[in-house]
Amino acid sequence: MRPRGLLLDAAVAAILAFVLVPILIVLPMAFSETTYLAFPPKGFTTGWFAEFFDDRRWMAALRFSLEIAAATALLATLVGTMASYALLRGAGAIGTAFRALLVGPIVVPHIALAVALYLFFQRTGLGGTRLGYVLAHAVIAMPFVVLTVTAALASVDPGLEDAAMICGASRFAAFRLVTLPLILPNVVSGALFAFIISFDEPVVAFFLAGIRDKTLPRMMFDDIEQNLTPVIPAIAVMLTGLSVAVLVSAALLRRLGRTKAAPAGE
Amino acid sequence: MSAARASAARAASAARAGPVTPGPAANDVVTTGFFRARGRRMSKPAIVGLMLPFFSLLVFAFLYPLMSLIAISLTEPQPGLANYARVFENPVYATVLLRTLRIALLVSLLSLILAFPVAALMARSKGPKLALITACILLPFWSSVLVRTAAWAVLLQRNGLVNGLLTGLGVTDAPVKLLYTQGAVVVAMTHVLMPFMVLPIYGALRNIPTDLARAAAICGAGPARAFREVTLPLALPGVTGGFILVFLSALGYFITPSLLGSPQEMMIATLISQQIRESLDWPFAAALVGVLTLFVTGITLAFGRLFRFDRLMGARA
Repeated sequence: MRPRGLLLDAAVAAILAFVLVPILIVLPMAFSETTYLAFPPKGFTTGWFAEFFDDRRWMAALRFSLEIAAATALLATLVGTMASYALLRGAGAIGTAFRALLVGPIVVPHIALAVALYLFFQRTGLGGTRLGYVLAHAVIAMPFVVLTVTAALASVDPGLEDAAMICGASRFAAFRLVTLPLILPNVVSGALFAFIISFDEPVVAFFLAGIRDKTLPRMMFDDIEQNLTPVIPAIAVMLTGLSVAVLVSAALLRRLGRTKAAPAGE
Repeated sequence: MSAARASAARAASAARAGPVTPGPAANDVVTTGFFRARGRRMSKPAIVGLMLPFFSLLVFAFLYPLMSLIAISLTEPQPGLANYARVFENPVYATVLLRTLRIALLVSLLSLILAFPVAALMARSKGPKLALITACILLPFWSSVLVRTAAWAVLLQRNGLVNGLLTGLGVTDAPVKLLYTQGAVVVAMTHVLMPFMVLPIYGALRNIPTDLARAAAICGAGPARAFREVTLPLALPGVTGGFILVFLSALGYFITPSLLGSPQEMMIATLISQQIRESLDWPFAAALVGVLTLFVTGITLAFGRLFRFDRLMGARA
């Protein structure tokens, strides 16, 4: 290889180290026997994981976050898929408004959304309720579902649906029996993205949190701010595992979607 | 943050979308870009019905709350621009605005410097090497911001690893204060946001035909000149898109500055939070949100073309 290529390789290796090393250093600290965060970790214990699973407050936060993330994934996927389908079957002028609204939650800072929703939910009685969290997270997750689903819809041959309708199927039947099975892997991967976005979401959850119900990220924020115990690396180990699992399953689903949706002969 | 994730999701799905097969021409509505309508068109009522939940959700839980918050900044305690005057005239708050701009710009610049080589290598790699780099970029992407911020809190604390290295190497005699400084905020935010710059640049670079560089070489251009006059102009939309993406995310960043920054050197998001949670000054906090939102919206509109999903997310350059 030419020296310039080697130089680039070396530079990129250093940059990727900067990206990965901080995370890789923190993860082993979860197994340290010390009560403070030590590197290299001293001894080996799984006690901090036990501490997490034995603590009623952490468990309540975990359950709360899981419930909200599941409901968010369901809502965002359902609403997002419906809208994506309408968009790709000729929304015309509505499509312009759709695109503008879709970009909104992406560019408007979460702090602005969080503060606005905090006040609005206080006034409408949604403050501190599960529904409030789910609505907020669905707004944030929606663009990702739409992106994933429209990409899949765009690669399905619309002629298939036309053929089904010419054979007498209704629009809904044609969608359910022909198009949906083809895009299902991407719909599921969109739902996975929505789930992890909600599960990880720190800013809106920070403001919406009541005294009783807190999400996992909110509890982590408090712990990092106050005492920073090895429970945080223990959670980090589990969250990173979850991220890897979601990424790998999304990649597998995409591969499945590609073979399913690819036009014949490709 | 979320914008950045969108680009990840899009870049991840770019490969899957594959070549766009032309649909039946008769009833195709060709809108530009990514969301091109295809197939047999539906009736108006059906389209409205399918889109209704989407619009209801975004109006109810996004547009209306944001607008009514901004309305508060203009009407309370008295109608007028008094809250906005306070933001810009009080030196304390004007300093926060300037500091936020400065940090966001610095983070974007550092991210660009770090992201470009990675994207360039990705664009000329294939197979396992490309997969490995992509995985290294995507993993932190989808791992919790809190985890990454906590990592920096651990590394930078008084008896942390960085201080251990500094004293061990004899750079400093005693541990220095690294945590709760602007430096900590800049480094950690660059760490969190940099991956978001890689994918748009990679998307742009990947779509530049390799023939062009060869053509430039045949015409007598050296590598530097070919890069400057051929590659860079063609990659510019991706670079600008990625830069603005990171810049906008950094402007409103809350978690990392709140946990790693100094309370004396706040950024705007932390100031908003403080006004609401401690001072309970809603009209003023609303004005800060208004300034932030208007600024961000203005930049988005000005660079609107770069925000088209197909451009930004690396589908095509």
